[in-house]
This record gives sequence, structure tokens and C-alpha cells, in this order.
Amino acid sequence: MANENVQMWTELNIDLKSHDMLLSALGPIFQEVYLSQKNRPAGMGFYDFVVGDIHGIRVRELREHAKNGGKVVATYCVFVPEELVWAADAIPVGLCAGTQFSVPMAEEVLPRNTCALIKSSFGFRLGRVCPYVQASHLIVGETTCDGKKKMFELLNEYQPVYVMEVPNKKTERSRQLWHGEVLAFKDVIEKLTHNKITSEKLGQAIDLVNARRLALQRLYNLRKVSPVPISGKDALLATQVSFYDDAKRDTQMLTALCDELDKRVAAGQGVAPANAPRILISGSPMAIPNWKLHHIIESAGAVVVCEESCTGTRFFSDLVKPTKNNLDDQLKAISDRYMNIHCACFTPNDERPDDVVRLAKEYKVDGVIHYNLQFCHTYANEAIKMEKRLQKEGIPLLRIETDYSDEDKGQLRTRIEAFLEMIKK
Amino acid sequence: MVTFDTVVKDSHVIETGTNPLRRCQELMSGRDYGRLVVTGYGRHFVATALGGEVVSEIRAFAIGARHLFSDCHMVIDIGGQDCKVILMSPEGEVQKFEMNDRCAAGTGKFLEIMANTLEVEVGELGNLALGATRTIQINSLCTVFAESEVVSLIARGEEPGAIALALHNAVAIRISTMARRVGIQERVVFAGGAALNQCLKELVGEKLGVELTVPAEPQIVGAIGAAILAGQKR
Repeated sequence: MANENVQMWTELNIDLKSHDMLLSALGPIFQEVYLSQKNRPAGMGFYDFVVGDIHGIRVRELREHAKNGGKVVATYCVFVPEELVWAADAIPVGLCAGTQFSVPMAEEVLPRNTCALIKSSFGFRLGRVCPYVQASHLIVGETTCDGKKKMFELLNEYQPVYVMEVPNKKTERSRQLWHGEVLAFKDVIEKLTHNKITSEKLGQAIDLVNARRLALQRLYNLRKVSPVPISGKDALLATQVSFYDDAKRDTQMLTALCDELDKRVAAGQGVAPANAPRILISGSPMAIPNWKLHHIIESAGAVVVCEESCTGTRFFSDLVKPTKNNLDDQLKAISDRYMNIHCACFTPNDERPDDVVRLAKEYKVDGVIHYNLQFCHTYANEAIKMEKRLQKEGIPLLRIETDYSDEDKGQLRTRIEAFLEMIKK
Repeated sequence: MVTFDTVVKDSHVIETGTNPLRRCQELMSGRDYGRLVVTGYGRHFVATALGGEVVSEIRAFAIGARHLFSDCHMVIDIGGQDCKVILMSPEGEVQKFEMNDRCAAGTGKFLEIMANTLEVEVGELGNLALGATRTIQINSLCTVFAESEVVSLIARGEEPGAIALALHNAVAIRISTMARRVGIQERVVFAGGAALNQCLKELVGEKLGVELTVPAEPQIVGAIGAAILAGQKR
């Protein structure tokens, strides 16, 4: 199997030497962060297997699809309406952007004071170390933040990038802009795939993605229980894999995992003692394989029970609402659903503190950790209002700003341990 | 290192050096004690090796300062690698804290580097600053850039005392901004090695509008807190 992979990566123009270094580094990290955990649900075996062959089996599926004339559409952000991609018989894949490995390469081009997520994603393409992006026929970007906006201009020089304009505000005019973007995106996908998006196909795609959202909602709801039946790290991994796995299979694996967790809950079986501090993390997304903060928090004896982020509740908390079977209504429902993502790129974004307060209560958390990547101006600024609001509500908050490197782990640990000491019952 | 009964029995302040575990082993060898609590960077490593428990330095400083001054509400610590501000509840529990972001600006390391550039011992830097006859500004927030600025000022023949004062001002502004974000509550105890610096004490106190309390041995406040915890743990 290893040779098959090498053959495939060569065909995809991967820099094999560099890529090898990336994969060799991932193994020991995964062992330390994931496999050392005690009492994991058996259902996580699937996800361990996926990470073990992270650039193998799924890439092969995408290549098969491409060989049969299908298209692969790579995305970075939860704003991109994946239903339109599925409806055109194309496959959407969320690209990873969560490792320090590709950051130095990116820094040869991008300004150093750019967030790690942007640098990592750009570095993957520049360094030719990601077979997903190499295997994609189109990359879809979005105007969420300045850093991304300008990076996509440069990325376009390496591979075609189509950029969707995400509005800055949530007014009626902004909604119309967004709806126009969704319609334009539909045209782009139809042109790419030479497939017409019919109402029937779109309806099926909406059901497909909604089913996955419901499965993720079910997983998260199971984390409201005490003692929590699954670690934050495991839930995060399952969420991250949902960004690029086949939607139908992903829903099946999530369902199986949740069935197992139901049994654990009935038996009162937790992964941490019932008095372990329960933490909600809110803020910038954590792209795979960014497990840094969760690992530090859970190694310090707390358990992460919820993530209010794009690799958390913002990914799946809203469904596309049911409509009549005509394209106009379906496309409107899609626009509305995606417009309702409470991302810090919007101004104002007052719904987000409301979300965090509500989630903190629903998940019975002992404290909230606000997380933003260094140089992420939108989330760093939102931390200010978040702090005021959580202080008013009497919910303890720790603000963390960091990146992907290992350098500040000691400092983070000191702050997190102090915070946990503070909130211990 | 501090050994504690109902009072501090013994204390030592030594350089961590390149082998902190060995230093700690040397410090503890032949010593008679019940329980060990370790705080600061390297605490997990040392605690595991020597059979002790850990506490964050934030909590340790709060407990230590409160022991020394029963009406202590706030601790400002400027240590070698980081600086922190800790706000305590009326009962002495840690209520809120803030620490420096990733860089060394505003820490003891900053002052150490500048002392080296000005060719004085770090312990003398405060006196040099207090002797300044004029006020100038150092504009950089970054330790590395500030050092470049200092080198340029020296080359221009600027008075070393004035340079030293400007550097102290930069540190004082940083720490007082942090303190204001957390919210000032007296009594404010100034701890850590940098508290021995009279110039820094005056400048920070001025900017915060309070009289800072400096313990007789500001460098052992964290260790006192850890020792008290060791005595409490059952």
C-alpha cells in the first residue's frame, strides 16, 4: 500500500522528500496526543485509521472520482455552500491548514505577521506537500479576512482559485449580495463539472449534508453529560475529519460513534472524573492537525466539552431549512443558512457572545477559554466584548493567543493550570 | 527554594543554570522536609523527579504575598522570563490574572540585556536610572529593537543614566497597562527580582497612582506560596 501511495503522490506532483518528513513527524505526534489517551470509545478507531493513512485512502477515492470524469473542489472555509458541489456530482474537500510544518515555506512569500492558519494552508500548496490540493480541480476561497483575501490572490498564481465575496455586515443589502454570490457559485460549479444542478439533485445534497450536521449535533449533545463520555480531543478529530471525508460514510461513522456513546452515558462511563473541570473553547478555527490547545488543556486534567468555532458548533449548528422542491426556494434556504454563521468577519457580530453564554450553560462548563491565533485581528478584537459579557454573566474566562509552534507550550500550560486552579470547585 | 513551618525557616535564591534538576537536587540534599511543592517553569519535571506536587506560579505568588501581607489584594511580579499581574478576591483567592504575551519585552530579561549593553550589573541598573539628569524616550516595544536604539543613543553620546531611565519607563508602562486591564486594588505587592529595582518601583507606583509594597525578599514570594501549600496539603 505504501508503494501505491508513493506512485499516486508522484503523479500528483508532490515533493516526496518534504512530504515524507511531514508524515514521519505526524506519527509520533498522533501517538503522544491521541493514542496515549485512556478509555477511548472504540468508534474512534475509524478516525485513528483515517489519520494513519491521512494522505492515502481518501486521496485515492478522489483520484478515482477524477479518473471517471468527476471534479474535486477544495475549500478552506465553512461559508462555502458544499451542497452545490455535491449536487453537481463533484466532491468538496476542506483543506487542512493546521500544522507548523508548512509555515516556514509560506514565510518565504507571505508577510511573517500573518496568522498561522493562512501561512500553513499557503505553504501546503507552495511546498507541494498536500495531495488534496494537488488533486483538486478548483480551489474556492472567500473574503472572510484581509489575510486570506490577499493570500488567495497569490495562491491563484499556483492553481485556479475562485473567491466568494462574504459580506461584511448582516443587513438586507448584505443578504442580497450573498445570495448573488451563491447563485454565481452555482454557475461556476456547473461550468466546472458540465453538470446542471437540478432541484432534485440539490434536494438530495441538502439532505446529505443536513444528515451529517445532525450526526455532529448528536455527538456534541452527548458531551453535555457529566461525566463526559468522549474527550474534547476525540470530538475535535471527528469534527475535523468531517471536513473532507465522504459525507455519507462520515454520517455513518458518527452515528456508530454516537450509538456507542449512548451506551456509555447510560452506564455513567466517562473519560474523565466527574469533577474534572469542564471547558468550552471559543474562537478561531482549529484546522487539522492543530490539536495543540486541546492537548494542553486535557493533559492538565480538564476536559473540553464544546467548541464554539468553525471546527465546532459554527460548522453544523444550523440546518438548511426544508423548502418546496424548486431551485429558487432551495437556493434561498442555502443562502440564509450560510449567512447565519456567527463569524468574527461580520460587523457587528453580537450573536456570538450570546451563543457562547448559551453554550456555556447548556454544556455546564466551569470556564471558557477564548482562543485566537496570533495576528487574527477579528477574533482577537472580539475577545474584548466577550470578556465583558462573560464577566457580567459570572462565567470565568481565560484569553489565549497563540500559533502552531511548540515554543510557547510552557507559557500556555502555566496560564491554563492557573485558570484551572482558579475555577476548581 | 523555601522551607516553611509556620514561618519561613530557610531560603535560597540561586541561578537555574543549564541543569535545573541537578540544582534542585543539590538544594534539597540532606534537607529534612515533609512535603514538596514545585512552582515555576520546569515544575512538572522537577516534581516528578523529586517526588513532589505542582502549583502554578500565579497561585503560588498570590498565596505567598497574602501570607506576607494579610491585606494584599494584588500582586505584580516581574520575573526573569515573564511578568504578571494577579488580582485577588477579598478572601485571597486568585480572581483574575494577566501575563505578558509571547515576547520578553517588559521582563527581567529585557533589563538584563540592556544592563549588558550599558555595561553595568543588572543590580546597578536602577541606580543608574535614578541618577539621570534628563528625560528621553525609547520608542521600541521589542527588546531587540530597543537594544538597537540604545546602541544608537550611546553612539550619539547620550547620558547612560537617561537611557537607563527611558528603559525603566518602557517596562513600567507595559506592566502598568497590564495592571489597569486587570483592575487595581490595594494593597499592591510588587514581587519578583525586578522589585529590588528602586527606580522601577517608583515608576510603576507613579503610573498606577499607588504606593507599592515590596517584601524584604521579593524573589522568594512564589516559593513561600508553594511551601505554604505543601504544609496545607493532606
